[in-house]
Amino acid sequence: MNYILIFLSAAVINNFILSYFLGICPFLGVSTDLKKASGMGFAVIFVMALSAVATWTIYHKILVPYDLQYLEYVAFILVIAFLVQLVEMFLKKFVPPLYRGLGIYLPLITTNCAILGFTLFMVIRDYDFFESIAFALGGGSGFLLALLIMAGIRERLDSADIPAPFRGAGITLVTAGCLALIFMGFSGIMK
Amino acid sequence: MKEFIKGIFKENPILYYLLGMCPTLAVTTNAVNALTMGLSVIFVLFFSNIAVSVIRKAVPNQVRIAAFIVIIATFVTIVDIFLKANFPALSKALGPFVPLIVVNCIILGRAEAFASKKGVGASTMDALGMGLGFTITLLVMGGIREMLGTGSFFGVKFLPVFFPKFLVMILPAGAFFTLAVLVAVHRAVLTKPEM
Repeated sequence: MNYILIFLSAAVINNFILSYFLGICPFLGVSTDLKKASGMGFAVIFVMALSAVATWTIYHKILVPYDLQYLEYVAFILVIAFLVQLVEMFLKKFVPPLYRGLGIYLPLITTNCAILGFTLFMVIRDYDFFESIAFALGGGSGFLLALLIMAGIRERLDSADIPAPFRGAGITLVTAGCLALIFMGFSGIMK
Repeated sequence: MKEFIKGIFKENPILYYLLGMCPTLAVTTNAVNALTMGLSVIFVLFFSNIAVSVIRKAVPNQVRIAAFIVIIATFVTIVDIFLKANFPALSKALGPFVPLIVVNCIILGRAEAFASKKGVGASTMDALGMGLGFTITLLVMGGIREMLGTGSFFGVKFLPVFFPKFLVMILPAGAFFTLAVLVAVHRAVLTKPEM
């Protein structure tokens, strides 16, 4: 039950994009069409789940026992960068179709603050191993969900008549604001 | 000097390049948080731009991004420890957004696009200009949201009690709306809309 709550909370109630503002750059960058958005979304879920396993293990089995918590940020960002590189090489060699699908989005993930942000939340909230994985899957799914909704709306916006200064970034931010308002409605699910 | 001015207005990192959006939206619920974040970013940007510019010829091209990130993460750790020790309440309010400066695209972006190519002097000015542009934008956003959302500025109440408060301004949605308006204003004033 606990796992389901963590998953739901990360996916819709405290959506990474719309209430924590993590991963805004890719959110604005690749939400122009549905295909790119789903590619990015799945890549994020994938890397998030892997980095949950890796960073949790490193933090609790290496950094804490040796009293090295101050290396947390350096260690986490290196692990994430390394992991992304590894996933990229692995997919290229063994699962070429998936690699072509995710392709250009993988390297971008290293600087996606959703990933680092999520590892930091994991440490702050002191989740155990399986809770961390549930949190990663929930956060990733929420990211995908927000990205897909946004891409769907933006495809429609192309044909709308928008005042010149608001074209592009402006209207996207206004849309994101409306989505954030809508997602606030989910907070009623949980007390 | 040119490098300094451009970061503040014309090529403002947030409003023009749309970089560093996460902290911009997340910490601007009030002016104090916004200012702290802005100063932290100036500090990290200043030292990492200098460091990157100094080592730019010694680092092989393939590992440069990794080297930049380690440099940035080091300075961010310094800021984080400093805030925790001296301003524990502020540090708590900003939560994970101080460590998240590591992946703030402004810093890596300036390291890659500017400091890794130019000399130390120009990189310093670039860092100061970009950092200041970032801080000013953050402060404007934090100010607007705090004033409209709670009727105060830097924690000081100045609006009469009967003045309606727009609660939405300090919620996530308000952040998006405020930034949208700022981007539009910046574009209308400083750049001609591309048609």
